[in-house]
Amino acid sequence: MFDFGVVTNWIDLFLRSNMSENMALFVEFVLVGFAILAVYAVLALLLIYIERKVCAFFQCRIGPNRVGPWGLIQSVADMVKILLKELIKIDRADPVLFRIASFLVIIASICTFGAIPFDPALHAVDFNIGIFYLLAVSSLGVVGILLAGWSSNNKYTMIGAMRSGAQLISYELSCGLSLMTIVILSGTMQLSEIVNQQSEMWFLFKGHIPALIAFVIYLIASHAETNRGPFDLPEAESELTAGYHTEYSGIQFGFFYLAEYLNMFIVAAIAATVFLGGWMPLHIPGWEGFNGIMDKIPPFIWFFGKTFFCVFLALWIRWSFPRLRIDQLLHLEWKILMPLALINILLMALCVI
Amino acid sequence: MGMMNEKLSALAFAFVEENGKTLNVTVPKENLYEAAVFLRKECNCDFLMDIVGIDYTESLGTIYYLSNTQNPAQLVALKTSTTDREDPLLDSVHDLWDSAGLYEREVHDFLGIRFINHPDMRRLFLRQDWKGYPLRKDYDANPALNPVPLENELIEDMEAVPAVELKMGQPVETIHKLFEEDEYIVNFGPQHPATHGVLHLRVSLEGEIVKKIDPNFGYIHRGIEKMSETYTYPQILHLTDRLDYLSGTINRHAVCLCCEKALKLEVPERAHYIRTIFDELTRIASHLLGWGCMAMDMGSITAFVYGMRDREKIMDIFEETSGGRLMANYSVIGGVAWDIHPNFQRKVKELIPYLRKMLKEHHLLFTGNPIARGRMEGVGHLSKEQVISLGATGPSGRASGWSNDIRKIEPYAAYRRADFNEVLRQDGMTFDRYIIRLDEILESLNIIEQLIDNIPEGPYAAKTKAIIRLPEGEFFQRVENARGEFDVYINSKGDKSPYRIKFRSPCLTLVNSLIPATVGSKVADLIMIGASLDYVVPCIDR
Amino acid sequence: MEERSLKMEVKDIYIKNMKYEDFKENEYLEEYVKELRDNGVSIFVSKIDDIINWGRSNSVWPLTFATSCCGIEFMCLGAARYDFARFGWEVTRNSPRQADVVFVCGTIVHKMAPVLKRLYDQMAEPKYVMAFGSCAISGGPFKSSYHTVMGVDQVIPVDVYIPGCPPRPDAMIYGMMQLARKIKMQEFFRLPSQPDMKPYAEAEQKELKKEEVADGNDE
Repeated sequence: MFDFGVVTNWIDLFLRSNMSENMALFVEFVLVGFAILAVYAVLALLLIYIERKVCAFFQCRIGPNRVGPWGLIQSVADMVKILLKELIKIDRADPVLFRIASFLVIIASICTFGAIPFDPALHAVDFNIGIFYLLAVSSLGVVGILLAGWSSNNKYTMIGAMRSGAQLISYELSCGLSLMTIVILSGTMQLSEIVNQQSEMWFLFKGHIPALIAFVIYLIASHAETNRGPFDLPEAESELTAGYHTEYSGIQFGFFYLAEYLNMFIVAAIAATVFLGGWMPLHIPGWEGFNGIMDKIPPFIWFFGKTFFCVFLALWIRWSFPRLRIDQLLHLEWKILMPLALINILLMALCVI
Repeated sequence: MGMMNEKLSALAFAFVEENGKTLNVTVPKENLYEAAVFLRKECNCDFLMDIVGIDYTESLGTIYYLSNTQNPAQLVALKTSTTDREDPLLDSVHDLWDSAGLYEREVHDFLGIRFINHPDMRRLFLRQDWKGYPLRKDYDANPALNPVPLENELIEDMEAVPAVELKMGQPVETIHKLFEEDEYIVNFGPQHPATHGVLHLRVSLEGEIVKKIDPNFGYIHRGIEKMSETYTYPQILHLTDRLDYLSGTINRHAVCLCCEKALKLEVPERAHYIRTIFDELTRIASHLLGWGCMAMDMGSITAFVYGMRDREKIMDIFEETSGGRLMANYSVIGGVAWDIHPNFQRKVKELIPYLRKMLKEHHLLFTGNPIARGRMEGVGHLSKEQVISLGATGPSGRASGWSNDIRKIEPYAAYRRADFNEVLRQDGMTFDRYIIRLDEILESLNIIEQLIDNIPEGPYAAKTKAIIRLPEGEFFQRVENARGEFDVYINSKGDKSPYRIKFRSPCLTLVNSLIPATVGSKVADLIMIGASLDYVVPCIDR
Repeated sequence: MEERSLKMEVKDIYIKNMKYEDFKENEYLEEYVKELRDNGVSIFVSKIDDIINWGRSNSVWPLTFATSCCGIEFMCLGAARYDFARFGWEVTRNSPRQADVVFVCGTIVHKMAPVLKRLYDQMAEPKYVMAFGSCAISGGPFKSSYHTVMGVDQVIPVDVYIPGCPPRPDAMIYGMMQLARKIKMQEFFRLPSQPDMKPYAEAEQKELKKEEVADGNDE
């Protein structure tokens, strides 16, 4: 079993032996920052490729297969191009807000990304209020979207931004409530603690029916949070051309594009961590031999396996469902998901007691 | 016919004559409105098919093609003309038929006739600053007069709506604004992914609710009718394919039928069968594309790809026989261009069970989807009276319970030989317009199945002269294309090219019916309802 | 000798599964290269250019723009049978700001011309135009009409022409490959190859002069 802890500990020891403690800490911060950014970019490109391939298979097509073997570096070519594309100055747009918006979106997404436990040893920051932090930071993205729509001086973007405001803030609620259900079960908000508690059995199974309901609610609500699939109203192509990012070109649009895919990964990762045990292997109480075999698989493979399973679910829904209308969208949230989530929390509380 | 004739004798000023199934009623221009009211109220002519504007050189005239939905095979052609070429004025009939509003604007655009009391006398297709009226015989086509503009039309010009009223016997033109100052107006189009071409909808919104719609046409107006006046009949056929490219074969069929009717040409039975099968294949292909586009407009791109995938099978069949994929260019006057490919029958027979199977899959993928049902049910209502008055023919009209299938009313080609049902639904919702298309695919498959094995032997085309000259007179032919009633009006002076040719596009009225169906709904519904009406913009603009 | 070396350069452009001999309009590209050379633009200078051009030529995102019949064939290109996703072009953008190439599918008429021009102006560099179908090339079957623009190149510059009425989707793929070859000749660190504006400028000058003369006459 490969352990990332060996690598990280070695780096830590190496740095500490060579410089003062504060200096070592600083270098580590920088290294972690760069690592997160690098993984972020690579994952985004990978996800774009995966989405294009998966969607092609759903649609009886082949998908990218020209650039590199099986089209693997197609999204790299896209990035090269998009980096060098012209940035257009919009006439009568608010220049400051227009620029800031795309950064806000991507910063929110990177901040969330940093707090995800990939492996027992690959966990940049382990807050004691991990889940709270995730929820708080990920909802910053909506500010970016609102600003983008507002500052572009375009009616389509304006409608898109208003829609996304209504949508994201509503779905934030049931998203948070469904995570709270698990917090009640585990009694902690610390992500590492939540994962550790699932060493015997994943919360999805441990929490009986309330956990299952919470999982389904979380999948739906978080899917809506990412602005994708049947919930892509803010950028509804057939209605608002490209929604809130209609006026963005070049890498500014690239930020929105990357953030969209990474958000998909992040919500899948949270689902995997909170409900499916994160990097914890699948353990069934009493089956010692089976558990032993499962332990042989490295934790980060478990983590990415579970996350990509959730990503696949999201893609599946994305490519087979038509889009909701704004009133149906809000109906689904306020009249179905949220009451259900509230009742579910009560149920869970009863279960725990 | 007799009844109508008797009733019309009450109109002292009208000159009535019979021409086949059409009753020609000629009235002086002063009595036009009176005659129109009489026909609408007394004779129950509730369906205004088309208004043909025509320049007789000595005068400018209009022909109103009317029909009674109780007796749809009977046509009434109300004719009038004005000798004033400087400032021609006629009474508007827009308050009698909803469809007249846009038709009159079209006549105004092409011939410069102004309609009194019409609330909106802007040009329909051409820019407001266009010089001249193209369908007049003395139109100056010098490109220097109308150079290619590189600046967009000013919004103020597009919104300033002139209207003509008679005050003290004198025409007075007033100009009013279309939208208020503080309205939130969004442009959908001319380049927009969901307007199915280059339609330009100016939509006034209140939040997400649609308050007002102002459709603007002409972004693909190619002047086919004017061009046809200098082309020979076989040349015109090629233009008709490009009118409504999704039912090009059917449009071409219509012009062929009209010419054959004029020439009294006996078309071989084999050609009739082949044409009918081609028409139905075209209809299936069109409906599949319409289904796919509707799904795509709702954000379900997978459904679109599935529709296109099945459509490719039909394109293969077309290609093998005619050599063209989208534009078959297959019917000619007197029959078809060449005989069918030896594989044709086998491939069509393979297609039928395949499509039936695939339709089940499409229903599974999309029709049964709760989100799709939620989006389509209960929005975009059009009542039967509305669709008749708006002239929304074809599947969109049939979804509201109006039985208007020309294949049943006036069976042409080999439709007599086939036993099929006219698919009717009663509710007139978006969902009905959606499902009726899928049902029509099944019905078309039935027709093909009955005909494909019985294609008679014999020649595939009748012999025609090298240069086709139509005898003098007026000819009118109706066919059912994938979107509704497609009519051809030919006025011939005995030449090898028509004096005036007019195509009734089913799509113009469909865009018109978008407005009552949508106002009060949401933006997303606007797109949905537009997709369910399934109009093709080049067909409108011609 | 000179020509030989030019040929080599066009030959060097690598398009997957398509050899130099498979392309038909090689002479045109060679002339294009020559013209660029004569105007002092060097071609294939650095590896960085190669990488940039590789990225650009492999990720040409089309704008969803269609006026008439050819648009249906464009849809076919995007659907299951022809699948332009293989080449990485399936990311059709609805906003011109994010698109790289505009396929002018269908007739452009007087009323549409300014709209098309604005659309082109809204696109971000580098941008390419493909005239798809005979209407976009020259007015096609509607050449004798009063309202048709005789070719889209009267309004915006065109990179590749694809003839047909409508062209088959295969033809479009071929055209896209030709565009890829053209892109691979560009140089990033100087101006991207611009169409020759001289005749337009001269014509404009002439117009101005004429107007001046006319004004003078009035006085």
